[in-house]
Amino acid sequence: MRDKLFHIILLVVSMFVPLVCGGIIYSLVTDAYMAFEHFGLVNFLTSTDWSYTPGNEQYGALPFITGTLLTTLLALLFCIPFSMPVSLFVGEYFKGTKLAATLSTVVDLLAGIPSIIYGIWGFFTLRPIIMALNISPQGSSILTASLVLAIMIVPYASSLSAEFIKMVPNDLKESAYSLGATHAEVVRKVVFPVAGSGIFSSYILAIGRALGETMTVTMLIGNTNHMPHSIVSTGNSMASVIANQFGEADGLRLSALIAIGLVLFVITALVNGVGKLLIKRARID
Amino acid sequence: MEKGLKKRLFTNKLTTCLIVVLSALTAVPLFAILGQVFYKGIDQFSWSFFTETTPSVYRVMKAVEAGSPIPGGIANGIVGTVIMLFMSMVVAIPAGILGGAFLAENRKTTMAKVISYLTDLLQGTPSVIIGIVVYLWVVVPTKTYSAVAGSVALCIMMLPLIIRSTEETLKILPASLKESGLALGASRATVMFKIQLPAAFGGIFTGVLLAVSRVIGETAPLLFTALGCSLMRYTIDQPISAVPLLIWEFFNDPFLQEFIWGASLFLLFFVLTLNVLSKQIAKKWKVQS
Repeated sequence: MRDKLFHIILLVVSMFVPLVCGGIIYSLVTDAYMAFEHFGLVNFLTSTDWSYTPGNEQYGALPFITGTLLTTLLALLFCIPFSMPVSLFVGEYFKGTKLAATLSTVVDLLAGIPSIIYGIWGFFTLRPIIMALNISPQGSSILTASLVLAIMIVPYASSLSAEFIKMVPNDLKESAYSLGATHAEVVRKVVFPVAGSGIFSSYILAIGRALGETMTVTMLIGNTNHMPHSIVSTGNSMASVIANQFGEADGLRLSALIAIGLVLFVITALVNGVGKLLIKRARID
Repeated sequence: MEKGLKKRLFTNKLTTCLIVVLSALTAVPLFAILGQVFYKGIDQFSWSFFTETTPSVYRVMKAVEAGSPIPGGIANGIVGTVIMLFMSMVVAIPAGILGGAFLAENRKTTMAKVISYLTDLLQGTPSVIIGIVVYLWVVVPTKTYSAVAGSVALCIMMLPLIIRSTEETLKILPASLKESGLALGASRATVMFKIQLPAAFGGIFTGVLLAVSRVIGETAPLLFTALGCSLMRYTIDQPISAVPLLIWEFFNDPFLQEFIWGASLFLLFFVLTLNVLSKQIAKKWKVQS
């Protein structure tokens, strides 16, 4: 009897999570419906117009989808040359030493810094540098946002990859050494092939982080609603357009912003789902 | 042959050097951020900075004219953060611990697998979307931005983190601990509350601290729920401020930009202290078990 009661209480409390998830999907879909109905799903996703002139409201999500994908991919590109050495440093070259522990603590602390502080640092330190280098006149651009995003996702990518690199069996590495391979060759020919799928999945999860980052991007991307024509032009990501305009929006515009939220939610859920699936597979191997 | 070997050894050395140099470079942003925030923020720290509320533009302009330092502080934000954190913790901690206990108890059932999957989904959901949804759930029906709405958003963000850490900690407890309790005739509930959860305390506490340090700096979910307010408020049914919201306001207000650094230093200090503290506790607790 008591066991049953205990089980029921646990079950009821646990239903909190499915309820919240269901509620999120339900609310986003019902409130985005007006925008989808008005513009058509395909048209909404592929239109590049975003204007709120009364009487002729046009809302298309493509500039923001492009902005999100561009910032995320650039951030990934900038992050790899740093996160990969860190994961090799911690997981292979200095595995188990005090030096490795220090580095991973430092990198982990990067993950703890709130995104608004990254935004402020980017705005007051990185933006003047971008301006001084004449890369972009106002300094705010997709490139600026991506550079700071890259720093933010380094800890996510590197700590998980380091775990997978650590798990590479010693006898595999030792047999390569006994054949006369150098350390670099062991890393390239043994560690990467064995830990590869795990490393790949940790980068997918890092992408999942970058997709939804809001404050940093909002402060650095320039917040313009047109289609970005190059990486140094200003733009908006899905998260930043919501953060910027949600407070002042109503009616159709509010619905369009919620629709963008729904698209962002679906993309993030897919990316995270694939990442988690790949990690499970990599662990079993 | 000799030449080929030299080249290989050179590549090897070069790789090692590159790894060390690039790894060291990765640590630079952390110190750059900490250094800048500390250097610019420490000047602002004063008694009034923590006890006075955000000044109005009029007061700031008068102070600038008179050449005196900008009056006011971030007390309204500190109070708001404390109120909202407290309210969200009251719900998220018990619910998260029980949810984690459920997942650890029923590992193999379909129900647990579904909940586990959805916990991951919730954890990966961008915080700005949580903000939108809580706006639709709480702000729209009650017709006002409020501390309650902000706490709901923070609670939803903390919940999956606490569930996960509780589950992971319970999973690594030795099975004999649970079995010996059951063998003595204790009910499952007694075993969970009197044996397993106390034994897992260190891990759960770490998880809670990490969850708090994660949400304390969140701005996006508070933008359309708590909104912000320049007055000192202790009520929960009206708009309220929070330290990260204040930083965002200072960022957008050219008159108050000076305050960014003080508020950032304050926030950063708390977040990183909680972060380091939780890791120390995790380390200590691991040795004992």
